[in-house]
Amino acid sequence: MSAATQGAKPYYFVPQPSPWPIFGACALLLMGTGAAFWFNGYEAGPWMCLAGFCVLVYMMFHWFGRVIDESEGRLYNKKVDISFRWSMSWFIFSEVMFFGAFFGALFYVRNISVPDLGGGTLTSHFLWPGYAAQWPTVGPFLKDVFTPMKAIGIPLLNTIILVTSGGTLTIAHHALKSGHRGSLKFWLFVTIVLGFSFVCLQAYEYHHAYTEFNLKLSSGVYGSTFFMLTGFHGFHVTIGATMLTVMLVRAFRGHFDAEHHFAFEAAAWYWHFVDVVWLLLFVLVYWLV
Amino acid sequence: MSSITQPIGGHGDAAGGHEHHPSGIMRWITTTNHKDIGTMYLWFSFTMFLVGGVFALTIRSELFEPGMQILRPERFNQLITLHGLIMIFGALMPGAVGFANWMIPMQIGAPDMAFARMNNLSFWLLPPAAIMLLLGLFVPGGAPETGWTLYPPLSIQQGMGMDLTIFAIHIMGASSIMGSINIITTILNLRAPGMTMMKMPLFCWSWLITAYLLIAVMPVLAGAVTMLLTDRHFGTSFFDAAGGGDPVLFQHVFWFFGHPEVYIIILPAFGLISEVIPTFSRKPLFGYASMVYALCAIAILSFLVWAHHMFTVGLPAAGILFYMYATMLIAIPTGVKVFNWLATMWKGSITLEAPMLFALGFLFLFTTGGFTGLILAIQPVDVQFQDTYYVVAHFHYVMVAGTLFAFFAATYYWLPKWTGHMYNETLAKWHFWGSFIFFNVAFFPMHFLGLAGMPRRIPDYAQQFTNWNQVSTVGAFGFGLSQLILLYVVVMCIRGGKPAPAKPWEGATSLEWTLPSPAPYHSFPTPPVVQ
Amino acid sequence: MRRAGMDQGGTGLAASGENMVGTVRGGARRRWVATLAAALLVFPGIAFADWAWNFQPPASPIADQIEHLHELIFWICVVIFVGVFGTMFYILIKHRKSVGHQAAQFHENTTIEIAWTVVPFLILVFMAWPATKVVLAMHDTSAPDMTIKVTGYQWKWNYDYIDEGFSFYSTLSTSLDQIQNRQPKDPHYLLEVDNPLVVPVGEKVRVLVTAGDVIHSWWVPAFGLKQDAIPGFVRDTWFKADKVGIFRGQCAELCGKEHGFMPVVVEVKSKDDYAKWLAAEKQKLAAATENPDKVWTLDELVAHGKQVFDGNCAACHQPTGTGNAAIGAPALVGDKVVLGPAQHQIDVVLNGQTNGVLQHPPAGGKMPSWAQLSDVDIASAITYTRNSWGNKAEQNVVQPKDVKAERK
Ligand code: HEA
Ligand code: HEA
Ligand code: HEC
Ligand code: CUA
Ligand SMILES: [Cu+2]
Repeated sequence: MSAATQGAKPYYFVPQPSPWPIFGACALLLMGTGAAFWFNGYEAGPWMCLAGFCVLVYMMFHWFGRVIDESEGRLYNKKVDISFRWSMSWFIFSEVMFFGAFFGALFYVRNISVPDLGGGTLTSHFLWPGYAAQWPTVGPFLKDVFTPMKAIGIPLLNTIILVTSGGTLTIAHHALKSGHRGSLKFWLFVTIVLGFSFVCLQAYEYHHAYTEFNLKLSSGVYGSTFFMLTGFHGFHVTIGATMLTVMLVRAFRGHFDAEHHFAFEAAAWYWHFVDVVWLLLFVLVYWLV
Repeated sequence: MSSITQPIGGHGDAAGGHEHHPSGIMRWITTTNHKDIGTMYLWFSFTMFLVGGVFALTIRSELFEPGMQILRPERFNQLITLHGLIMIFGALMPGAVGFANWMIPMQIGAPDMAFARMNNLSFWLLPPAAIMLLLGLFVPGGAPETGWTLYPPLSIQQGMGMDLTIFAIHIMGASSIMGSINIITTILNLRAPGMTMMKMPLFCWSWLITAYLLIAVMPVLAGAVTMLLTDRHFGTSFFDAAGGGDPVLFQHVFWFFGHPEVYIIILPAFGLISEVIPTFSRKPLFGYASMVYALCAIAILSFLVWAHHMFTVGLPAAGILFYMYATMLIAIPTGVKVFNWLATMWKGSITLEAPMLFALGFLFLFTTGGFTGLILAIQPVDVQFQDTYYVVAHFHYVMVAGTLFAFFAATYYWLPKWTGHMYNETLAKWHFWGSFIFFNVAFFPMHFLGLAGMPRRIPDYAQQFTNWNQVSTVGAFGFGLSQLILLYVVVMCIRGGKPAPAKPWEGATSLEWTLPSPAPYHSFPTPPVVQ
Repeated sequence: MRRAGMDQGGTGLAASGENMVGTVRGGARRRWVATLAAALLVFPGIAFADWAWNFQPPASPIADQIEHLHELIFWICVVIFVGVFGTMFYILIKHRKSVGHQAAQFHENTTIEIAWTVVPFLILVFMAWPATKVVLAMHDTSAPDMTIKVTGYQWKWNYDYIDEGFSFYSTLSTSLDQIQNRQPKDPHYLLEVDNPLVVPVGEKVRVLVTAGDVIHSWWVPAFGLKQDAIPGFVRDTWFKADKVGIFRGQCAELCGKEHGFMPVVVEVKSKDDYAKWLAAEKQKLAAATENPDKVWTLDELVAHGKQVFDGNCAACHQPTGTGNAAIGAPALVGDKVVLGPAQHQIDVVLNGQTNGVLQHPPAGGKMPSWAQLSDVDIASAITYTRNSWGNKAEQNVVQPKDVKAERK
């Protein structure tokens, strides 16, 4: 508001000094140190983590609330809108690279390390005789037996759910653009329900894996890659669904209009990104076993 | 760079005392001003440089003579880890972001960064990360003993210092990604009318590419250390052959980040040098377009060469040849830059103020480091050099005499703009000569040590390495002391000195020089029009 | 390029066929340089002064090729460097404002820009060609005359002559006193081991490299061979020594506390000497392969145990069993584990432990796992600790079969 104010119409919005970033920094300090203490068996760890998390949520509540106020106060013009679009695109790109690291790990273990460990290579001859390098695997040392995940069943159902949710979200978006508020709220609500059902089904599937399939995070590289990839994805679905919930609340409060609704679009972009990651997961993790 | 007309419609109100920000410490904590944030970044960077430098001097003191004198081996290992991490993530990267924050909005005619509030968060995430890194020294087991590369399984064996380091890296990664998104958005969206992409000062271009690299690779590093964390505590087997994983997988993921990272460190420096050399040659930059293409080429190639850090892990011959050829190719775009700088100077009207001296020092020593890099890229030769002091010499040439010298050049170049005062030129020249000479005394002998077979990361060494190590230690202390001159010059310049005109350098052309010195709190309340 | 390197300050090694990591090749001029430098730098440590500044003399065809390749690339770089900076200094002298030079304003020239892209490319091709040949030669592990498996451990090497069926460990033999400056340092300070790897001259040795705990790297500069030892994986490489002598290198991958104290020493013998050495080793081997269930006497165990302990455990627990508080290694004198039930101690020694918690994510001192030692070695070492330095454990004898039973 300050810098670029020229008479009434700022040509670019620059926010006032803000106390919230330092809250964010303290929150992460608490959470990071707390987690390190926690994982090394110190009592204080979990509490520090929790405290940090609370500060973080508090910070986000106020910070994002502030942004929403500014947005609804029409302080953001077209140029600011373009900034938001760039930033969301690049943020999603960074998320793509994050998942890329784990997909890369999956590719590597399946095509390089596991084949090298078994099946008559030098390594298998000297260190792991008798290890047949098949996939899925717990690796040459562990003796646990597990049942791998099948694509048919919950994963397929989840695929259908997520793809559908992408569709319902698009309907909601069109409704918003053509000013049908009721339809917007309805389809947004449906999307959120689908999103959270995905998460619940995923949780159920994990439970199943642990109790009946004996498939755990510690079940060799198969378990490691399976749970890391699907786990981080599930985490992203939860965040995405939470973002959509915020959008729903805002829709009920009468926010957004046909032109001015980038927050909604950003959440939608994110949701589609999460959707695409799932399709990759479905093919590479569940299907091509 | 580009010619400028008077800002349209500006009545210059922001230049006066109209800013309404809190004062005292709260100003710095809550600020959304790109100059305040840039200043904090630069001071943070310098502080971390001193901390990392003190660790380096401790290392060098231990290496003064054979035998263990002042450190235990495990402490020594912890110090090299922290030295590497702090210098890279604490000194060089934040330093570059500091220059970006200060200068990019001024160079493209923007009011501020695109996301001024997030900009503040990007900065304030760094002190927590630094605290967590250093806290490692005081917890049971100490900081990681792994070197900055954190290879498992050694990193799996470490104590909780490792977990603190992992989380510190996550936080620094978040900071870098936010900072980069901010910079990219600012450059793409907030240029003043008429400031086309191909008219931007080269520093902005270099940061655009750097920010892209950062966004591409910081998440990969985060992924790598996350896998370390789960391998350490949650029973996964990513890096454990017993469960079907592979320690080498970590190296692939780490260097997929790590190699682009070294260009993240050098590209902003290229940008800074491309500002300084034309100014003091009083001649436009030669080959602007090819400079931009070279930056892009370096960025693209940097994703294809990572395994040159893994030449001895036992890759198949085809892999080795691919990575060797790809690595060698980087010499071409880098060469284009070096030649363009020379051509810029050619038939110029050169003066040798401190920024230009440092730029020339950069050119001379960075190229030396580039050549040793090329020698390392030849895999059979690297087999002899990998993990020896030759590599240590190489990367200090490109990072210290490269990036750090570029930072020094840029600091002197813009100090008048930042503070409104001229710095003490005589002392600055002393700083240059001290740095230049002692840098070489400290790091040139490391080539010999590497050739003769001294491994890196060892706290004690065989006796035939004694002499060069002693020379090197003397040089390191000399280099460290020379930096105190910089501190003195900067502090004195902030506190007073000859008032600086808006454009203290005859040959300077870019937008920031149209603003008064010191630059007003709000740079361009209305966009200037660039022709 | 010439090699430098001062004579080893009168240690008389230069004459023998031995090579240090830093090379030994005298020369009046270098001696002069060294003397001058010594006069300039009045520092301790000058006694073994050496200004080595180049590769040590190659002792294998690959090392030789590497050296020539390096020379070629190096000189090309020097030429470019001189060209580039010759130009720079010319500009700095001629095109200065202080000599009245006026700035021209040109800033583009397509021809020259293409030239300085294409010419470096051609230079690179010229470099890549010989480099490729060496890469391929280094990878040719076919038709070896013998095969040795090298395993890195924290912090020692195991050499397994797999064709011959025996193996042994190789650890640093420099004393702690020298490292901590209580004793003058040997000429081969930090580069000497108890049992070097022994190979015959002129034979192609295939080396299989792996590790037992963390990554190490097996490096012999004179053979141009450096191979990382990756736990869980075996990598192969080869060398052919073309000189008789002792060749020294070091572990070249940070592997923890004692990474700097993990030398590689290879003794290249003539074919005859090698055959003799092999025969003697095999005889020792025959003597040592006993029935694993054999019951040993206390004296036998203690005598063998002292060797095992001094070779492996004393680095941390000290030869006197007094421990080293600095790294959290407890004193074994009067220690409750040593005096307590034998089974627990076997467990600790076999599996290692940290802060009293078996195999928990480590914090602080680490007792490594010794599972790679034989049952006899472990039983003897434990028995030794239970009967030495005044220790008198109730269960004072541990037999190899007890250890075997504890192994999983
Ligand atoms: C600023 C950082 C920076 C920069 C710019 C570079 C630049 C280069 N680096 Fe470096 N490097 C590091 C930082 C950097 N490096 C670090 C930190 C490590 C060690 C990490 C660790 O292990 O801890 C490392 C390690 C490292 C290795 C691994 C060594 C090993 O561990 O065994 C290799 C191997 O290929 C390498 C190669 C190169 C090459 C080919 C370049 C090229 O970009 C250089 C190109 C420049 C020139 C060639 C000079 C100018 C060109 C001309 C004048 C044109 C004409 C020239 C010719 C035709 C020859 N580097
Ligand atoms: C990125 C930038 C960077 C910078 C700027 C430096 C700067 C220096 N480094 Fe750097 N170094 C690395 C990055 C950097 N380093 C990395 C990545 C590694 C690899 C780590 C690893 O193996 O994992 C490494 C490793 C490394 C080693 C090898 C350790 C080993 O392998 O065992 C050595 C040894 O000499 C060394 C020395 C120095 C010295 C003397 C300086 C000097 O330039 C420092 C000068 C600065 C000061 C001295 C501080 C300022 C002055 C004062 C505070 C005043 C007080 C001074 C006096 C009283 C004299 N460094
Ligand atoms: C690298 C250093 C090191 C080496 C080598 C080493 N130890 Fe240890 N040892 C330790 C440390 C550290 C501990 C303490 C672990 C802990 O805190 O639980 C320990 C603990 C022990 C204990 C248990 C003592 C107690 O009170 O908990 C025994 C018994 C022991 N070591 C025997 C041996 C034997 C036998 C060997 C050789 C075969 C050996 N050690 C070699 C470092 C070492
Ligand atoms: Cu073993 Cu370093
Ligand atoms: Cu690299």
